[in-house]
Amino acid sequence: MNLIAEALAWLAEPANWSGPGGIPARTGQHLAITALTILLAGLIAWPAGVLIGHTRRGAGIVGALTGAARAIPTLGLLTLFGLGLGIGLTAPLLALIVLAIPSLLAGTYAGIQAIDPAIPAAARAIGMSPAQVILTVEVPLAMPVIIGGLRSATLQVVATATLAAYTADIGLGRYLFAGLKSRDYTEMLGGALVVVALTLVLEVALAICQSVARRIVDPASRTQRTPA
Amino acid sequence: MTWLSLNWPHVIDLARAHLLLSVPAILLSVVIAVPVGRLAYRHPRVGGPLLGAASLLYAIPALPLLIVIPALLGTPLRSATTMIVALTVYGVALLVRTAADAFTAVDDHTRGAAVAVGHSPLAVFWQVDLPLAFPVLLSGVRVVTVSTIGLVTIGALIGVSSLGTLLTDGFQRSIPAEVTTGVIATVLLALLLDGLLLLTGRVAAPWTRAARPARGTAVTA
Repeated sequence: MNLIAEALAWLAEPANWSGPGGIPARTGQHLAITALTILLAGLIAWPAGVLIGHTRRGAGIVGALTGAARAIPTLGLLTLFGLGLGIGLTAPLLALIVLAIPSLLAGTYAGIQAIDPAIPAAARAIGMSPAQVILTVEVPLAMPVIIGGLRSATLQVVATATLAAYTADIGLGRYLFAGLKSRDYTEMLGGALVVVALTLVLEVALAICQSVARRIVDPASRTQRTPA
Repeated sequence: MTWLSLNWPHVIDLARAHLLLSVPAILLSVVIAVPVGRLAYRHPRVGGPLLGAASLLYAIPALPLLIVIPALLGTPLRSATTMIVALTVYGVALLVRTAADAFTAVDDHTRGAAVAVGHSPLAVFWQVDLPLAFPVLLSGVRVVTVSTIGLVTIGALIGVSSLGTLLTDGFQRSIPAEVTTGVIATVLLALLLDGLLLLTGRVAAPWTRAARPARGTAVTA
């Protein structure tokens, strides 16, 4: 328990809260690389997931991809990219994108696949174009599941971005690796607590987004049922 | 391939260390998560917050958790105990929900019939609930197994030997073949254990497979 007290003292130390190596700057980096990863991975995974869900084809590929992705050690991907591309931001960014794609893809595809086929059929029947069916019917209805995929992808990326500090000088993971190298347990534990706090805040925030999305989608189905 | 042909005894040693960390953690996860999952199913008021807490626990990144555990439990940082505790935390967090779902999926009429013919609550659990929940439980254990095998590699960062050591050592000494070997060996180990579980399931619960081909093969049996 003494160790925790020391780590809290480290966290309260004003010197750790300023400058380019300070907690706010490192947290900012961590969030920035997470956001950039999700955005770039989303550019690939979201349209692909929508397409697979809409056409209801290629589900097997998604299943195989997400299964294989679960077995690959994230550290292995980071070190392989690190060796191939050198020290810098590109290697961890690419590794993180590869890791984020399966969750985003699976969420999007599963969300759209789960919609009652009668609903998009009805939308087509009243004269909607395929683009309209996708954008105004399928994507909004699939939103809770799409956000669910975003949630697990974000958590995975935040966690792996911590490991990325092993191959590049980014984010909150620096505290952990600097502490490990100099056997400074206080710094390590302080940094670890910041990462844990950040993850829990993100997890709760995204869980709230997901339930709000579910509540927006759900009342619609309830009002459809009640008039009859 | 050259690297592997020169270093395979080392790889085998590391694979053994990898198993010695992951197998106890997987077994502990099952032993803890199954009763907790059943509790969550039986008492939804306790179960709701319990499952919520489990998903929060699962959200905590692995490396920070490895660093926080010694401060909470007093275990040495570079130790198998710290590693197994962390892996068990994730295993339980992942498996509790599946366990609760598995027990929820058991038909209440079956349970009621078992009580009606005089089964004690304990007998209902061992002879009705557990066998019927088994296929779903097993699928959960398979997910936990694959993810645990992957997570063990993170331990290499704090100095706990496993196949992950090939990743950190290969990176530091710039030997891509060593890192590749580490990745492939980890994936193969995960697939191997997954396959073993699948086989165990077929042997332990033959009815889950008998359901399908029963019509054609029943004669010879």
